Amino acid sequence: MPKLLEVEDLKMNFYTYEGIVQALDRINLNVREGEILGLVGETGCGKSVTALSILRLIRPPGRIEKGKVIFRMKDRLDESKQGMNLLDQDEVFMQKVRGNEISMIFQEPSAALNPVYSIRDQVSESFLLHREKELCQKALKRIEEDIKKETFFLKKAILKMERGIYLKMIENPSSFFLKFLSFIPGVRRYNRRVLEEAKIESIEILRILGISHPEEVVMRYPHELSGGMQQRVVIAMALACNPTLLIADEPTSNLDVTIQAQILDLVRKLRQEFGSSILFITHDLGVVAEMCERVVVMYAGHIAEVAPVRSLFQKPLHPYTQGLLKSVPRPGRKDRLQSIKGSVPNLISPPSGCRFHPRCPSVMTRCSGAKPSLKEIEKNRLVACYLYHQETEKNDT
Amino acid sequence: MILETRDLKKYYPITGGIFKKEVGQVKAVDGVSLKIERGECLGLVGESGCGKTTFGKTLLRLLDPTSGHIYFDVPEEVKVRTGEKERRHDLATFKGRRLKDMRKRMQIVFQDPSSSLNPRMLIKDTVGEPLKVHGLARGLELRKRVLELLNRVGLTSDHLFRYPHEFSGGQRQRIAIARALATEPDLIVLDEPTSALDVSVQAQILNLLQDLQKQFGLTYLFITHHLLVVEYISHRIAVMYLGRIVELARTKGLFENPLHPYTQALLSAIPIPDPEVRSHRTILKGDVPSPIDPPSGCVFRTRCFMAARECKERIPDLVSLGDEHYVACHRVRSKSREPAHPSQNDVKR
Repeated sequence: MPKLLEVEDLKMNFYTYEGIVQALDRINLNVREGEILGLVGETGCGKSVTALSILRLIRPPGRIEKGKVIFRMKDRLDESKQGMNLLDQDEVFMQKVRGNEISMIFQEPSAALNPVYSIRDQVSESFLLHREKELCQKALKRIEEDIKKETFFLKKAILKMERGIYLKMIENPSSFFLKFLSFIPGVRRYNRRVLEEAKIESIEILRILGISHPEEVVMRYPHELSGGMQQRVVIAMALACNPTLLIADEPTSNLDVTIQAQILDLVRKLRQEFGSSILFITHDLGVVAEMCERVVVMYAGHIAEVAPVRSLFQKPLHPYTQGLLKSVPRPGRKDRLQSIKGSVPNLISPPSGCRFHPRCPSVMTRCSGAKPSLKEIEKNRLVACYLYHQETEKNDT
Repeated sequence: MILETRDLKKYYPITGGIFKKEVGQVKAVDGVSLKIERGECLGLVGESGCGKTTFGKTLLRLLDPTSGHIYFDVPEEVKVRTGEKERRHDLATFKGRRLKDMRKRMQIVFQDPSSSLNPRMLIKDTVGEPLKVHGLARGLELRKRVLELLNRVGLTSDHLFRYPHEFSGGQRQRIAIARALATEPDLIVLDEPTSALDVSVQAQILNLLQDLQKQFGLTYLFITHHLLVVEYISHRIAVMYLGRIVELARTKGLFENPLHPYTQALLSAIPIPDPEVRSHRTILKGDVPSPIDPPSGCVFRTRCFMAARECKERIPDLVSLGDEHYVACHRVRSKSREPAHPSQNDVKR
């Protein structure tokens, strides 16, 4: 499968008063077309920061030091189809990418929604930003129909004037004429038909997401909806423009299990319908097992292991993954849980070499030296651990 | 039996208007009758807003129940004369000194350790406070006891003179547990003690809790929404929905043979950490109804896939189906009655 997104040697730091937090260090991952890639790790291991870096949403004191984020877009923005490094692009370009090509579902739906805007405003925002032309064309069709129906000559004339404005909007949305119009009372809201079209689209997408009575829901405010509904609205906002890549940052971790099951089921259905690739960030290994095809395990800003989901759960290679899988309670098993000793290191002064080595049960002297690189051990399986490097080196000699 | 509640109710008033008149009630806990045996761990499972935390707090009288009775560790001989038990041993009516003495024997560990520990208090003061309040130790002895408690939960004397922000989430939860252990209680209410923690730390805390239970013969009420955790640690599980217990059974019985439709849906919704297992899923429609205006009859009927007319009319009681398995569902009861009368198929065979 062709790769849709490649992250190469991404390094990012946070410059805080206490010191430099090395949040990501040499992150390499790729998302293939049409797959669900899981990104797993504990709190503070850099999962969300990776997602934000891909979208260039890092704010100071955070800074991307080096690396590449190569993204292959659909035909719309990229003519060469070779893929372009998002880190080199300017902000205007990134605004075209965000929400249109790559969109994100944020963790906490109640925080991701603006409490002072109605659902209609928030969902239609992405339509208005990225699909204004199409909406104008739809509105134009409606005006034509109205002109045909209308018999009174004065109203007909007004409608024809409106048609003129909309033709102008399609032709050149940032023209001086339109700006001028927006100052005149009475015609200031000349674009209301576009808003109306956006509302119709919003209702449509909410209906696809399984919200009952979307016509009513669309006029409500976020606090009037339950957590599950809010999350659906956030997903609707993300899917509005049919993105090539959807980043879901812990979309279900604040929801109850029954609602979580609804949302996961929905995400799976939507993928079949829209054909987007999904980068699914979570800390819940159960959700990973259910949703993802390949998994990237992160630990303290490093990637520990990349593997297809089945082989990861059958035979985890990295000691951290092994520990993680052993510490999860499983159905029907009462034997004692095995935990990883110690706790996650402070990233201001991370351990040298492999960041897992102070907690690792099979630590060697080499581990505290240089950082082990990700090596392909088997087909599709990459591990960053000296335990396996030795084997491959022996095989080589 | 260490604790028994009878028809415990807790309603929160909703006030409105200029005179703050009561305009409605949130029925957070609506008639819960439970028994907790000495030395067991009873898991209380339910979705957010179903009243599990309110129930836990009401047990300790951190919240005053609207009505109902709580009996905590009533001596055997009293039980014979029920009349006396009703009056004199009902924790819901305790006041002052008696209440304080009772609280010494029940403790609680809250969900989020970063908000349940006072950020301005040193760890030695936090852990020593219950001892001071109840007058159990002073001076040097207090110091010794605090250190002992910290050692029990896997912390050392280095940690005595530090503030909560210097610890990781798991360590903070250990401190909260040490504080709960300070008065040597019989019952500890654990209100989602691991839901703010990562999996690897969660395993540490669960193991610690199990060890402590064995060591001191503690009784736990383990409140959680995480079903796999509760399966791991509990002996019995009570499933709560909108302020009521809908099913109560031994852990094994519940997971192997869930009877209430809500429990079935809940169990099928757990994401199992094994890609080979793809269970058949019952996905519930809609959301939990508001506890301000719960549905008539069975509270679950609006989302239930086997609801009938009967469910609308009467509230189902928690009825035993043998083997310590209790269910509150009209439909399940009528189903389970069928095998008692040999059906035609059986006769033919």
